[in-house]
Amino acid sequence: MTEVVLSEGELAPPRSLRAVLRANPLLTAAAALGVVLVLVALLAPLIAPHPADAGSATHPLATFLPPSSHHLFGTDPVGRDLFSRVLYGARISLAVAAAVIGFSILVGLPLGVIAGALGGIADTVLMRITDIFLAFPALLLALALASVLTPSVTNATIAISITWWPWYARLARGQAASVAGRPFIAACKALGLSPTRTMLRHVLPNSLTPIIVQASADVGGVILTAAALSFLGLGAQDPTPEWGLMVNQGQAYFATQWWLVTFPGAAILISALAFNLLGDGLRDVLDPRRVVERR
Amino acid sequence: MTQFLARRVALGLLVVAGVVVLTFVIARVVPGDPASNWVGPHASAAQLTAARHTLGLDRPLPVQIWRYFRGVITGDWGLSIHTHQPVLSDLATRAPASLELVGAALLLALALGIPAGLAAARWRDNAPDVLVRLASVFGVSMPSFWFALILQLVFFQRLHLLPVSGDYDPSLNTTHPLAVHTHMPLIDALASGNWPVFKSSITHLILPAIVVGSYPGGVITRMVRASILDTLGEDHVRMVRALGFPERTVFARFALKPALNPVISVTALVFAYSLANTFLVEAIFDWGGLGSYAADAIQSLDTPAIIGVTLFIALIYVAANLLVDVLQAVFDPRIGLQ
Amino acid sequence: MKLALRDLRIAFGRRTVVALDELDLEEEEIVGLVGESGSGKSMTALAVLGLAGPAGATVQGSIALDGLELVGLPERKLRDLRGRRVAMIFQSPVSAFSPVFRVGDIFIRALRLHGIARGDAVARAQEALREVLLGPDLLHRYPHQLSGGQAQRIAIALAVALRAEVLLADEPTSALDVTVQAEIIDLLRLLRERERMSILFISHDLAVVAQLCDRVAVMRSGKIVEAGPTENVLQRPTAAYTSELIAAVPRLGTGRTA
Repeated sequence: MTEVVLSEGELAPPRSLRAVLRANPLLTAAAALGVVLVLVALLAPLIAPHPADAGSATHPLATFLPPSSHHLFGTDPVGRDLFSRVLYGARISLAVAAAVIGFSILVGLPLGVIAGALGGIADTVLMRITDIFLAFPALLLALALASVLTPSVTNATIAISITWWPWYARLARGQAASVAGRPFIAACKALGLSPTRTMLRHVLPNSLTPIIVQASADVGGVILTAAALSFLGLGAQDPTPEWGLMVNQGQAYFATQWWLVTFPGAAILISALAFNLLGDGLRDVLDPRRVVERR
Repeated sequence: MTQFLARRVALGLLVVAGVVVLTFVIARVVPGDPASNWVGPHASAAQLTAARHTLGLDRPLPVQIWRYFRGVITGDWGLSIHTHQPVLSDLATRAPASLELVGAALLLALALGIPAGLAAARWRDNAPDVLVRLASVFGVSMPSFWFALILQLVFFQRLHLLPVSGDYDPSLNTTHPLAVHTHMPLIDALASGNWPVFKSSITHLILPAIVVGSYPGGVITRMVRASILDTLGEDHVRMVRALGFPERTVFARFALKPALNPVISVTALVFAYSLANTFLVEAIFDWGGLGSYAADAIQSLDTPAIIGVTLFIALIYVAANLLVDVLQAVFDPRIGLQ
Repeated sequence: MKLALRDLRIAFGRRTVVALDELDLEEEEIVGLVGESGSGKSMTALAVLGLAGPAGATVQGSIALDGLELVGLPERKLRDLRGRRVAMIFQSPVSAFSPVFRVGDIFIRALRLHGIARGDAVARAQEALREVLLGPDLLHRYPHQLSGGQAQRIAIALAVALRAEVLLADEPTSALDVTVQAEIIDLLRLLRERERMSILFISHDLAVVAQLCDRVAVMRSGKIVEAGPTENVLQRPTAAYTSELIAAVPRLGTGRTA
C-alpha cells in the first residue's frame, strides 16, 4: 500500500463504503469484532445457555467446574456458568461505555464549541477548568470519586463520566477555534448570519471528525477503566456479572482454577482491542487529506 | 527563559490548587464519618467529638480547605486516619518504591518502544510494521491487573522462573540486611554494594515493570511511528533527499531529531498515568509503594491520605509537564523563549 | 539538449497524473512550466530527480540529461546527480530546511556528501552566498530565523555551490512577497548568465513566467496542451486553455480582467 498526500486544494475522490472497507482490512476486522460484541450484548439473554446464572442463582453442587462442553468457560465459586456471565458482562461494559461517552459528548461538545467559537473569557474559563480535570489521569480521579460513593455500576459510571467529559470539551474547543478562525466563517459574519446559526450549521459539523475518532477508541478506554474500578471493589458488586469484578473474585483461586480469571480478563482485552483498532482505522480513513492507494 | 518558566510554574500551581479543592470537596461529600473511622467502632461520644476536633472536621468547609493549604506549604499534610502517621511521612516512605517501579517500567517502555516505532516506520506496511502495530495496540488494550495475574501464573506458577511478589527476597533480611536510605531497594542495594539484595531486587522488578510498562510502551511505539512518518512527509526531508542523501541518512540524521520531540511530551503523560496504574498492580505483586497505600486509603475512607496521594501525583504531573516544556524548548529551536 | 523528456507517464496505481509527450530544456535556457494546482507539474520535476518512485508513483518513459537516461537509473547513480548536476528549490523555502539544524550545517554536509573537502566546502559556501548577495554569517542561523527571501536565496546558493547544471524551481516565488519575488527572479536570470544554468521554472503565475522564461509549456491534467517561445504562447495562444489562463490574470489599473 502506498500513500499520497494530496496537496492544498486537491480533494480525495469520494469512495463507496465497500471500497473503503476493502482498502482497510484492519478497520474492517475491528468493525466486525465491534459489531459482534454489540450483538452479544444485545442478544445475551438469547445466546447464554444459563441466563439465570448471570444473576444471583447458585448451584452448590456445580462449583469450580473446569471448562467442558456443558460449561464452556467452567463455573465460578458458587456454581454459576461463567460463559453466560461473561456474555452478560458485555451488556454491562458496553452500556457503561455508551453512557460515559454519551454524557461526555452531550456535555463536552456544546461547551467546547461555544468556548472555541466565542473565544475570550468563556474560552479561558473552560480551558482552566479542563486543565484541572486533565491534570492527572482519569483513573485516579475516578478512583477518588468512586471511593466516596457507594460502590455500584451506576456510581462508577457517574465517576468515570465526570472525569471523561473534559477531553471532549477540549477536542471540540480546538476544532471550533480553528474552524472559527477560517475565512469562510468571517464571510458568514460579513453576510450577517447570526452567530448561533453560524455555529450550528458551519462550526459544529466541521468539529465532528476528531470526536468520532476519539469516541470509538474511548469505548476501549472506558471498558478498561470500569473494569479497573470493579476490580478494586469500587464498581460493580456481586451478583452483577461485570468482567473486572469476576477477575477480582477469581484472583484467590487463580493458581488452580485458572478459568475464573482468564476468560473475563480476555473479554476485557478483546473488547478494548476491537475498539482501539476501530478508532485507529477511523482516524486513518477519515483524515480528509490522505488517500491510500493499493498497488 | 525565566519569564517562560515562571509563567508555567504559576499556571501549574493554579492547576494543582484546583485539583486539591476538587478532591477536598468530593471527599467531604462522603456519606460516612472519617472521625468514627479514626477512633474505631467502640468509641464514646466524647472521643468522637475530640477526634472530630483533631481532624478539623468541626470547621466549615472553606476554612478546612484554607487550613489544609496552609498546612501543605508548611509541610503538614494532615494525619492519615488509617496509619495515624503524618501523611507526608507516609508518602515519603511509600512513594519511592512506586517511583522505582514506574521508572523501571518507563525505561523498559522507551528502550523497546522507540526502536520498535522506528522499525515500524522504516519498513512501513511490511512485516515489522504489522507486528509492531499489533503489539502496541495490545499494549494499550491490556487490562493491567489481568496481565499481572497471567504473568504470575505463567512465570511463577508454571515455569518457576520469576518470583511472585515483594520487592526482594525477604529471607535476605537476615543474611544480608539492607541499609534503607531512599526506600528504593534497588538503589539502596546498589549504593551499599549489597549484591544479593540487588540481584533479588532486579528479578522481583521484572514482572511488575513489564505489566506497568505495557501501556506506556504501546503509546510510545505508536507515537514514534506516527511522528516519524509525519516528519518523513515534510518539506525539509524532501529537500535533503533532493540533495542526494541516502535514505538511511535521511532517516537517521535528518528525520529523527524533529520526530522525537513529541515523544518527550508523551512520556510525561504516560508517567502520571502509570503512577495511577500502580494502584491496581501493587496489591497483586505485594509491592510496598504508593499504589497499595492509596488502595488501603480508599478502602478505609482515609480522606487525608487520599487527598495527599492525589496532591502528590498532581504535583508530579505538573512538574513532569513543566520539564517537558523546558526540554522541548531546548531541543526545538523554533520554540521561542522570550 | 540539456534535458529531454519524452513520453513520460507517471501514475499512482491506476490513476495517471502525468502524460507528457515532449518537453525540452536547452543549455542556458529558462523554460516555464505553467498550469493550475494538481496539473502534475511538481510530479514531473520530482520524476527528473528520481523522487517520484519513493513518493509512491510508477514512472515510465524517458528523461535524458545530456543524453544520459535517468528513468531506471540505479539509485546510487541518481543520488550522485541529485543536487550536484540537477538541483531543486521548493515553494516554502523556510520549511525546506530542517528546523533543528543550522542552515550552514546542511549546506556543508551537502557539499561534503558530493565529495568536496571540508576546507573547500566552507570557502565554497561563503562564495556562493556572496553570489546570491547574502552575508556568510547567515549560515549560522536556524531556518525560522530567516525571511522567506533569504531562505530561498540560500537554497539557490546551494545549487550554485554544487555547480548544478540544471535547476528545477518548483513555484519558488509563490510564497514570497511581490518585491522579494522580483529579486529572486533577477537572481535566477543572473544564474543563467553567470553559472550557465538551465532552469525549469514551474509556476501557476503567468505574469512571472512572462518576465523570466524564454519558452513556456502549458500543462493541464498531466498533459502539455501548448508549448513554444513565451511571447508566442502568451500573445497568440493556440490552445483554448491557454487563453483561459491568460484571461484569468488580473490586469493592473483596469479593475477587471482582460
